[in-house]
Amino acid sequence: MLSAIVFLPLAGAIIAGFFGRQLGERGAEYLTTSFMMLALGLSLAAFSRFALGHGEPVTLTIFTWIDSGALEVAWKLRFDALTGVMLVVVNTVSALVHLYSIGYMAEDPHRPRFFAYLSLFTFAMLMLVTADNFLQMFFGWEGVGLASYLLIGFWYHKPEANAAAIKAFIVNRVGDFGFVLGIMGVFFAFGSLDFSTVFAAVPEQAGQTFEFLGMRLDVLDTICLLLFMGAMGKSAQVPLHTWLPDAMEGPTPVSALIHAATMVTAGVFLVCRCSPMFEFAPVALAVVTIVGATTAFFAATVGMFQNDIKRVIAYSTCSQLGYMFFACGVSAYEAAMFHLFTYAFFKALLFLGAGSVIHAMHHEQDMRHMGGLFRLIPMTWMMMLVGTFALTGVGIPLGVLSHELPNIGFAGFYSKDAIIESVYAAATDPGIYAFIAGIAAALMTSFYSWRLIFMTFHGPHHEDEETLTHVHESPPVMMIPLAVLAFGAAFAGMYFADDFIGHHRGEFWKGAIFVLEEHKALDLSHEVPTWVKLAPLAVMLTGLAIAWHFYLNNPGLPARMAERKGLLYTFIYRKWYFDELYDLIFVRPAYALARLFWRDGDGWLIDGFGPDGVAARVMDTTRRVVQLQSGYIYHYAFAMLIGIAALVTYFMAMGAQ
Amino acid sequence: METVPLLSLITFLPLIGALLIVAIRADGPEGERNVKQVALYTTIVTLGLSLSLWWTFDPANPGFQFEESAEWLGGNIKYRMGVDGISMLFVVLTAFLMPACILASWNTITLRIKDYMIAFLVLETLMIGVFCALDLVLFYLFFEGGLIPMFIIIGVWGGKRRVYATYKFFLYTLLGSVLMLLAILYMYGVTGTTDIKALLHYEFAAEAQRWLWFAFFASFAVKMPMWPVHTWLPDAHVEAPTAGSVILAGILLKMGGYGFIRFSLPMFPLASVEFAPFVYALSIIAIIYTSLVALAQEDIKKLIAYSSVAHMGFVTMGIFTITRQGIDVALMQMLSHGIVSGALFLCVGVIYDRMHTREIAAYGGLVNRMPVYAFMFMVFTMANVGLPGTSGFVGEFLTLVGAYQVNTWVALFATTGVILSAAYALTLYRRVVFGALEKPALQTIADLDWREWIILAPLVVATIVFGLYPMPVFEVTGAAVQALISEHTQSMLLMAPNP
Repeated sequence: MLSAIVFLPLAGAIIAGFFGRQLGERGAEYLTTSFMMLALGLSLAAFSRFALGHGEPVTLTIFTWIDSGALEVAWKLRFDALTGVMLVVVNTVSALVHLYSIGYMAEDPHRPRFFAYLSLFTFAMLMLVTADNFLQMFFGWEGVGLASYLLIGFWYHKPEANAAAIKAFIVNRVGDFGFVLGIMGVFFAFGSLDFSTVFAAVPEQAGQTFEFLGMRLDVLDTICLLLFMGAMGKSAQVPLHTWLPDAMEGPTPVSALIHAATMVTAGVFLVCRCSPMFEFAPVALAVVTIVGATTAFFAATVGMFQNDIKRVIAYSTCSQLGYMFFACGVSAYEAAMFHLFTYAFFKALLFLGAGSVIHAMHHEQDMRHMGGLFRLIPMTWMMMLVGTFALTGVGIPLGVLSHELPNIGFAGFYSKDAIIESVYAAATDPGIYAFIAGIAAALMTSFYSWRLIFMTFHGPHHEDEETLTHVHESPPVMMIPLAVLAFGAAFAGMYFADDFIGHHRGEFWKGAIFVLEEHKALDLSHEVPTWVKLAPLAVMLTGLAIAWHFYLNNPGLPARMAERKGLLYTFIYRKWYFDELYDLIFVRPAYALARLFWRDGDGWLIDGFGPDGVAARVMDTTRRVVQLQSGYIYHYAFAMLIGIAALVTYFMAMGAQ
Repeated sequence: METVPLLSLITFLPLIGALLIVAIRADGPEGERNVKQVALYTTIVTLGLSLSLWWTFDPANPGFQFEESAEWLGGNIKYRMGVDGISMLFVVLTAFLMPACILASWNTITLRIKDYMIAFLVLETLMIGVFCALDLVLFYLFFEGGLIPMFIIIGVWGGKRRVYATYKFFLYTLLGSVLMLLAILYMYGVTGTTDIKALLHYEFAAEAQRWLWFAFFASFAVKMPMWPVHTWLPDAHVEAPTAGSVILAGILLKMGGYGFIRFSLPMFPLASVEFAPFVYALSIIAIIYTSLVALAQEDIKKLIAYSSVAHMGFVTMGIFTITRQGIDVALMQMLSHGIVSGALFLCVGVIYDRMHTREIAAYGGLVNRMPVYAFMFMVFTMANVGLPGTSGFVGEFLTLVGAYQVNTWVALFATTGVILSAAYALTLYRRVVFGALEKPALQTIADLDWREWIILAPLVVATIVFGLYPMPVFEVTGAAVQALISEHTQSMLLMAPNP
């Protein structure tokens, strides 16, 4: 039954992909969606067995993959608490996105292909989270990359979509470059790629060094940093984030599934899965903290000035992933996983809500052309509000008054605040940096989230008359997934906080996450000063107030600011010029080198002095001779035959002696 | 000893088929069809026989099997045949690709079809012979002889610049083969035998090893082809007919790698170790340089040709790590590349047959009218990029593992190829297959017909099966490679100067 969780989506993908025409569009949709629902049911059972219950980890071996010398790798499925959490996240969002897509994609002629890709993605993601060794994880890792590539480029007639798809694949490959080197490093240092073997041997390797690129480096720090490079690519962390905003060219359900709730969290999952290694790699942990904090801050700044509704949420995704990483960096992996869990609900909700808006607006995505929609699509508006409450962390910290009282709030309130408190409690230099960045990002998160709500749903109408008359609420098949996700966004935090990060977390994780005794950030996070506990709430309210002032109270202000084109504004609006920079230092030189090597290297140097040079001389002399021949080939064949005959004669003569 | 000389049968069966075709009157459509059918059946029977070879082969035995020996030229130069796990892989690969080549030429070759089929069948005999020969002279005959039908195929049935391409091909290989011939003569002079099995255990003096290694290297490096003697390949590929490209990429290139493993490593172990850094350097240059050059190509076949050179860089790197993983996967990579690049050339052939152009810019949006084609092309593109789950990944990844154990810089540089290959392969796919179908000439283009289906589907299956379960390959080659490595270690110990 456990392997069915993984292979049901694959079966759906294969059937819908190859027999879509026979099944018909409805058939393909219903088949893949019902397979996903089934997988979701089984995942919930697995979650309650391996995470909530007392189920011992289970490993299912399928068959051998590679066996060459010391390298032995098998296809295996591993189920433990960490996998259980991911199964619920992946299959919940995936099943709901399948359902939602039935409505959202209703007018698309290529639905069987779309659903096949969605299911294929889910399969690859499940292979990733159930992997029992690094190589299989890499299989899932690249598999989700492929599915993401196919889905971003799903509307293949759009040049921007194609460009974004390729960009996503290649930028991820840059991260994979590190990941692959990391996997090789693991094999070199441990002689195995199996998680259990490697993790058991980690303490022996702690503090050891090995030769890497001519330097003697700490084994675990080096390996962890290389693996983290892969995580940076997949989870869109600075400086490998540039693909994620462009990935919004794909259909919106794809953005919700892949580029918000599941695939992009793979990097966080990787770090948590490898917590037994990262725990012994202090430098790597510091880097993870700094990169995460920087991304959280950077992406939030960019998110403040974007006008495309999906891009705002995309930058928000980058930023929130940054939170998860800096939580990992201070060894609060449980908090990172908790945020991953709650975040999946509210971010999928926000994306699907945005999709509902776009659907209502007939594929208009520019928020400057929206406004006052809340009366026209009130259900969507309410769902988006729940998502925004969860993202910005609305809640009442009653716990501050007395330990007896519970905190009450939306999902993000529990998980994000736990992360911010953990980095403060860690009291390391990177931790403090992350704390400041996290608070600043929380302020901006609140600002851009409310800005989105105000620009879209409130204020005067900016739509043209034509559009306005057609604005309509989405069908139930789209609203039901929203409602389910809204339920999760509202209550997942409250219900699961104790299991994930509270006093029962030991029983919940059952060793799936490893934390050294001396890394107490999460324990101490419950004891931080009151001002730290209140800070996120304070900045959230401040962000709300600023957004209100700019977009409702004084709506002409943003446009005037944009017109002034201040340096800082332009810098942030152009996304800190990352794309331009990469174009300048990577893309152009690569093509310039390509032409140089081709024309001058191959053409002028090698051919010029090699065959063409020789040819020029030989051809001159043989031209007259050749004219006598009926064709070149006989010429060559003849020459070869003479040569071979001479050779045979020679050997016969030698042999006769 | 087998009672049936199975190897000779497999090797010479295509030649018999060729002789049959010589006897057929090939005028008129009837005659042409007979010619094609004889060729097809011959290659299919050969494939069947080679599979039975695989079946009866004992993978636990590291030595040569199915050995045959007969008097030939006298003076200890005999007709010796035999296969071990390494060579058998190539025999099967050759036999596997051949029916696809015949089928791919079914309707596209109209000029002198009889000569064409004869050339292909003779080529098959010579190629299988290369991998079965256990005598240096016999090997040399097959090795060089195989070029003649290839020259003819490119020279007669090639594109506009076929003469230039043939000429370049000829000039490069001539350089290599002359040096190899001299080396063979020298070896015969010193040892008095051309028996490969005996030579495998002969210890040449250190100085002699260097010269011999270089002589063989010259020949194999051209075949591979390694940078900087690769420039014949893009031209040869571009001008060759589709089936010619498939054989070129699928089999002829593999002769270089086979040569390194069969001759250079075990016969000249000291020199191999000494020159390994040199090979790494060339391999890395090949991977980065030709991957970049592939980015700039406007001709589909040229792009794939350059990508072949880059992939062969992984093979040479793997071989000269002289580790179990390195060689295991160099073999895997060669097999995979044989399938994948062969399939990519077949894919180009499919659209070339319809549009008669190889310009990337002439295409775009094919997925709209050719979904099945788009799917298969995607599988091969992803295998070319080395996506896990395809055969391309196993070879590429494990080569890197092997390289990493020897030198991390080598692994680092080679890994950049992972990024570059994604760049050129996906860009190619996007420009040809994705996008809107705007070009008027493409509006009526048809998806794969059943013949093309039959050619490509087995290659899709092989690509994915070997990606998920490459064990059959490792099982066949494992013992032989292990023996090679242990022998190498021993001879290194013997040859090492006492400290």
